[in-house]
Amino acid sequence: MQGKFELTQLPDAAGHFGPYGGVFVPETLMPAITELRLEYEAARHDPAFQAELQGLLRDYCGRPTPLYFAERWTEKLGGPRIYFKREDLLHTGAHKINNAVGQILLAKRMGKKRIIAETGAGQHGVATATVAARFGCECVIYMGKVDMERQALNVARMQFLGAEVIPVTAGQATLKEAINEAMRDWVTNVRTTHYLLGTAYGPHPYPMMVRDFHRVIGEEARRQILEIEQRLPAALVACVGGGSNAIGLFYAFLRDPGVRMIGVEAGGRGIRPGDHAARFQGGRLGVLQGTKTYLLANEDGQIELTHSVSAGLDYAAVGPEHSYLRDAGRVEYAFATDDEVLATFHDLARTEGILPALESTHALALVRARAKEWTNDQVVIVNLSGRGDKDVHQIAEHGRSHDLL
Amino acid sequence: MALSMHNRIDSTFARLREAGRSGFMAYITGGDPNLSTTVQIAQELAAAGIDFLEIGIPFSDPLADGLANQLGAQRALMAGTTVRGLLKCIAEIRASISTPIILYTYLNPIFQYGFARFENDAADAGADGLLLLDFPPDETLLDDAGVPRLHRIRLVAPTTDEGRVATICARASGFIYYVSREGVTGERSALEGSIQDRVERIKRHTELPVAVGFGISNPEQAAAVGRIADAVVVGSAIVRRIGEGAGRRDLAREIGRFVRPMTEAVHSARSEPDHP
Repeated sequence: MQGKFELTQLPDAAGHFGPYGGVFVPETLMPAITELRLEYEAARHDPAFQAELQGLLRDYCGRPTPLYFAERWTEKLGGPRIYFKREDLLHTGAHKINNAVGQILLAKRMGKKRIIAETGAGQHGVATATVAARFGCECVIYMGKVDMERQALNVARMQFLGAEVIPVTAGQATLKEAINEAMRDWVTNVRTTHYLLGTAYGPHPYPMMVRDFHRVIGEEARRQILEIEQRLPAALVACVGGGSNAIGLFYAFLRDPGVRMIGVEAGGRGIRPGDHAARFQGGRLGVLQGTKTYLLANEDGQIELTHSVSAGLDYAAVGPEHSYLRDAGRVEYAFATDDEVLATFHDLARTEGILPALESTHALALVRARAKEWTNDQVVIVNLSGRGDKDVHQIAEHGRSHDLL
Repeated sequence: MALSMHNRIDSTFARLREAGRSGFMAYITGGDPNLSTTVQIAQELAAAGIDFLEIGIPFSDPLADGLANQLGAQRALMAGTTVRGLLKCIAEIRASISTPIILYTYLNPIFQYGFARFENDAADAGADGLLLLDFPPDETLLDDAGVPRLHRIRLVAPTTDEGRVATICARASGFIYYVSREGVTGERSALEGSIQDRVERIKRHTELPVAVGFGISNPEQAAAVGRIADAVVVGSAIVRRIGEGAGRRDLAREIGRFVRPMTEAVHSARSEPDHP
């Protein structure tokens, strides 16, 4: 395991987290990436920028979010004392708004009035459309056609917010193809356009910058748990697609050696090629969409198909910092299957009166399955990164097909 | 950056320089619509007078490519094209034509193959250069060491500033590929007016020839760029026709017929006397 100081001093100046990360993009984008890196460097040390960001996070987004003790679920599972970090209560319904607000302020500093983004579950698309409306920017969202069907509510929300949602039909028509299409738009319109990438992925500075905009999740949770329980948690659990909500929760605890961290990937229908999106289960090191990291590809380098009931985790690669933290032995990565996730969704709805997003439900499913690994006096914090309103239709369909409802 | 041996790219540019004319570079996707047709198309292109052949190694996620090349890659992958299969196909092409071959792709297929091993196998098969779309000179790979056997073709974009042009040129060999338009690959009805200025600015930093591509699709455009650049690249226009003609028995000959007027237009457009 690496020294504990090193864990929080990455990436290096070129965006590398050990052997991962970097800037693997077409030449046309290099100047825009450099501009973004320099602008972000300046902004993060600019008190005026930070003040504006903090103000928006508090008054527009609704921070700080509560750290909620899930008393009935704790009793029911008979394991640790379970707390939820309630990112689902934020404006627009997920943690994604933290990063969207940060990046829109950067776009404003750079004088870019056209905003593009990709979205999988639609939460990042909604967050982007929201801040674009708030700052008077033109907004184009790329979304896989399959995702548009399974997240129709979010498509309507983006359109009400004034965004143009462009369906992407290439490949398997999900998040990866939406990122390809957003990158193509950016290559073409790079001088006027900011690409508001939605996860801790892509070319440097995105993985670092998106992480930094989400660090507030863990900083608040750490303060809150010390206040409520007067001690640190035994474990943190978060779902990992690209990995933004997970790194946001984990980061403030990286130097607390007693805090175990578990990232939960999408196990889909099981760990077989094409049936899941658990990069640390069947994946290999490779380069995709701007960064070097673990990804699902065949031996010829072609990216494999993925599957998850949750559109937000249905992606072939994982953020480079997660690859690093896994190698360093600091974070463990597990997976939850579609069936475990759906069962957990219904369980939580009826026990706690909360409809969690299917993405976040992966983290809950792990706690549900492994509750007995912890004692009754240990504390586990789960990142409830989003609310499940967007998934209601899909879950109802699934329920009908499984005779659950 | 020097190569360990004689390279067909260098000798072809030397021949073109002596003749005082620009070269024509045709791009096709390897394995589109299948590997045996790729061999036939390469032969017909050589017969149609091309000076350089650029062959794309298909990748599932070609984020710098426009629709025509995306579909080309998709057709090739559907036909079962693999990196190994394509290298065999290149050896077959090399057995019948002497045109320099430049491989064009994204990093991941090469990364999985192993960079050094790929370089050796591709050079053995008869390739002369390698262009990786998503591998800027700022990044290095652990096994990318030793004396290269393939020229490292590097891209310069309209957005690339002067300082960066110098960095790119210092890490390139064979030639510089100037992307004449911001955007992905694809045909355009109008070409950017500033190409000449940009080519001249690149030449301030390097002795390497400059090829210009992205958006050229007819003999008039090809001739206009041929007067400015050391080589003219036409890709998507050819790939689109391969897509439209897939399944036809005379596809390769048809592609040769489409390309010939463009190679002739480039060859009859004398290059400027200021860079002999």
